[in-house]
Amino acid sequence: MANAIEARGLRKRFGTTTALDGLDLIVRAGEVHAFLGPNGAGKTTTIRVLLGLLRKDGGDVSLLGGDPWRDATELHRRLAYVPGDVTLWPTLTGGEIIDLLARLRGDGHDLKRRQELIERFDLDPSKKARAYSKGNRQKVALIAALASDADLLVLDEPTSGLDPLMESAFRDCVSAERANGRTVLLSSHILAEAEALADRVTIIRAGRTVETGTLDELRHLSRTTIDAELNGPLSLGDLPGVHDAVLDAGRLRCEVDAADLNEVLRRLTAVGVRTLTVRPPTLEELFLRHYAKQTAEAGAAS
Amino acid sequence: MIPGGNGWTGSPPRGDTEGRPPVRRGGLGGIAAPEGLSELTRLALRRDRIMLPAWLYVVIIGVAANAYTFSRLYKTASSRAALVASGRSNPALLFLYGRLNGDSVGALTAWRYGVWGALFAVLMSIFLVIRHTRGEEEAGRLELIGAARVGRQAPLASAIAVAVVANVVLTVVLCGILPLLGLPAAGSAALALAIGTCGLAFAGVSAVAAQLSSGARAARGIAFVVLGVAFMARAIGDSAGASGPSWLTWVLPLGWTETLRPFASERWWVLALPLAVFTAGTWLAFELSARRDQGAGLLPDRPGRPQATAMLRGPVSLAWRLQWGSLAAWAAGYALLFAVCGAAAQGIGSLAGTSSALEKEFARIGGTSAIVDAYLGSLMLLAALLAAAFGVSAVLRLRTEETAGRADPVLTGAVGRVRWGLSHLCAAFAGVVVLMVVAGVATGLGYGIRTGGSGHQVASLLGIGLAQVPAALVVVSIAVLAFGLLPDACVAVGWTALGLAVALNIFGAALQLSHWVLDISPFTHSPRLPGGTVPAAPLIWLCAVAVLLAVTGLSGLRRRDIG
Repeated sequence: MANAIEARGLRKRFGTTTALDGLDLIVRAGEVHAFLGPNGAGKTTTIRVLLGLLRKDGGDVSLLGGDPWRDATELHRRLAYVPGDVTLWPTLTGGEIIDLLARLRGDGHDLKRRQELIERFDLDPSKKARAYSKGNRQKVALIAALASDADLLVLDEPTSGLDPLMESAFRDCVSAERANGRTVLLSSHILAEAEALADRVTIIRAGRTVETGTLDELRHLSRTTIDAELNGPLSLGDLPGVHDAVLDAGRLRCEVDAADLNEVLRRLTAVGVRTLTVRPPTLEELFLRHYAKQTAEAGAAS
Repeated sequence: MIPGGNGWTGSPPRGDTEGRPPVRRGGLGGIAAPEGLSELTRLALRRDRIMLPAWLYVVIIGVAANAYTFSRLYKTASSRAALVASGRSNPALLFLYGRLNGDSVGALTAWRYGVWGALFAVLMSIFLVIRHTRGEEEAGRLELIGAARVGRQAPLASAIAVAVVANVVLTVVLCGILPLLGLPAAGSAALALAIGTCGLAFAGVSAVAAQLSSGARAARGIAFVVLGVAFMARAIGDSAGASGPSWLTWVLPLGWTETLRPFASERWWVLALPLAVFTAGTWLAFELSARRDQGAGLLPDRPGRPQATAMLRGPVSLAWRLQWGSLAAWAAGYALLFAVCGAAAQGIGSLAGTSSALEKEFARIGGTSAIVDAYLGSLMLLAALLAAAFGVSAVLRLRTEETAGRADPVLTGAVGRVRWGLSHLCAAFAGVVVLMVVAGVATGLGYGIRTGGSGHQVASLLGIGLAQVPAALVVVSIAVLAFGLLPDACVAVGWTALGLAVALNIFGAALQLSHWVLDISPFTHSPRLPGGTVPAAPLIWLCAVAVLLAVTGLSGLRRRDIG
């Protein structure tokens, strides 16, 4: 089985609002896949369709080789899910909920691993869920998911309530899971998280996939930032691939599309370079660019 | 407590030019009203715009309609004489309704509906105050409000303000309606005030309860326990006789509706007692609330098990874990209430023989000439309607779980939707059966102990009780149907179905509705005659309808979106 998740042209409407408008998402078995998008882009809706909680209105979707709606119960034995907004039964303790979730999945569960994770995430399992903070509720769901033997982990913004220390514990755990051959779908808007963890990335906006690929592939599509101190004057105005160029007292700052990078470097060396910094774009920049582009298009259309 | 034009209402005053925060003055005795009080009160009233009028309507119409019927049935002093004698001497009636002060129609009305009217006002106050204080706090919504420009005490103050508004409206409307029914104005005012101030007293009690526990359910539980103790204290004080501890009637709020003596040379000063409880409770609640953290209770949350027992292993045991506490509380209440009502049955027989009008009334409700049997039959009808209410609330727990997001962790486990739906449905169905068994056995024991022959009575009433189960299950299944097909409306549909059954079976006959209309209610088809043979056909039909509705609801659940 090559792909753990395959969704093509996924559509979902709620009344008059279109939540998913032809979304594509391919997650290969054994990879950590980051699922990125701004708030309201349709990440959670997609995940709920994948979990068989929502019925798709159109498109094709398969999960672990099955139909997530029809085969929900069987498929759920092989996946573990951490919702973005974890709500728990207020009168049950965290420990009870961890065990209950494992049993609901039909898991013979590993007590040693459970204990390790509880210590690692520093959770008091004898507290009633009512007394837990958002972060602690999230830890309960995370521990239950990580302690399971599921093939696929579906994590919806799993670190939004965790402190930096716990976040790094989480990253270690996810890396370890990948090494164990598990597939992870990680929805997030924290780009550093995706950058640190993900093999591949899918970026969505307004219910549609805007881009998908490895981080390298995505960077390929995007601009490189150049900072340079020059020995002489330089003109880049005729190159369509150069953006936001500022030349001030021999100091150049600009962003360059991959297609024009060669030409820019050639001209820079021609005038002479004293210092030069060339940076690949961070995911933040990628993300902002998609955001800005869409907003600009929307603005132009209206 | 409802101040007018003293800074509690209207737009907030601006700070002065030096940017100092505005100082607000208002409230009583120069105590500053907390910032944001009027906004929060308006928010609470808006959120309760359906529920609060519905409560007021039920309490007001309940008291007024019953007072009207009573005054019609007992017009002359001679028709009242026997009832008065019975009301003064029958311990079961004293236990249920309280002391009878005087022999006028007004006094009889106050006797029959004073304590019970107050009981409903109390329930209204408990629900209102806890919903707007601890309920909001537990749901986390008070954090959002607490971070805004809102005083620490404003949420509590606004909840109390809403309860005050509700009880004042209740009192004023009753004050206006009762004289129109021909009752003396002074006595009417006393009865209305007795009911309204009792509601206020429990607003104070609930405000304290809301500070003690960190969960809304537990806070309501504390208030209900106080209410139960208050009811039992006055019931024992009233029925104990001259040599017994009759002072118990004076100890707690519900008894004060009797010691005020409406329509029988009123003791107005008694009104000071519930008002004092309200004031003290409110003061204590503010003091406690000022000393505790947001979200915390004063009673410590005990740590629980760090690991689940082997019992907690699937959706059914989870549903059981979530529901058994309330079922146990219901069953305990049932045992007490129906034992007492069963014990009262013998007295009802001797009472009803004294008034042909009442006899006719009873015969109409029960459909038989045997008054005691009719009484026991209506008791079982009451038990079945209440059990259906438990069943509906147990089924609607599914919707609560779904909207709170707690259905997701179950359904993303290897649990099918039908199994999840059935888990709570089983709790609802089993709860209805348990409650009817408790009602039948308790009534039989209560009645049997007074008449002798407990064994026979228990068997007979248990049979009648169980014969009501299919009808109750039909109502519960309507809630299941709505949950599957119309999830957004299922709470309204479930309770409306129950309300319709209550209206048709409790008031329908008296309103002389046609049989076609009465037949809509499943309870119309349940046999209710103790000792009679139970025809199987209607029970089988009712069961079939219940199963059909539930199956349709569950198959709707399989097809729809969750959340």
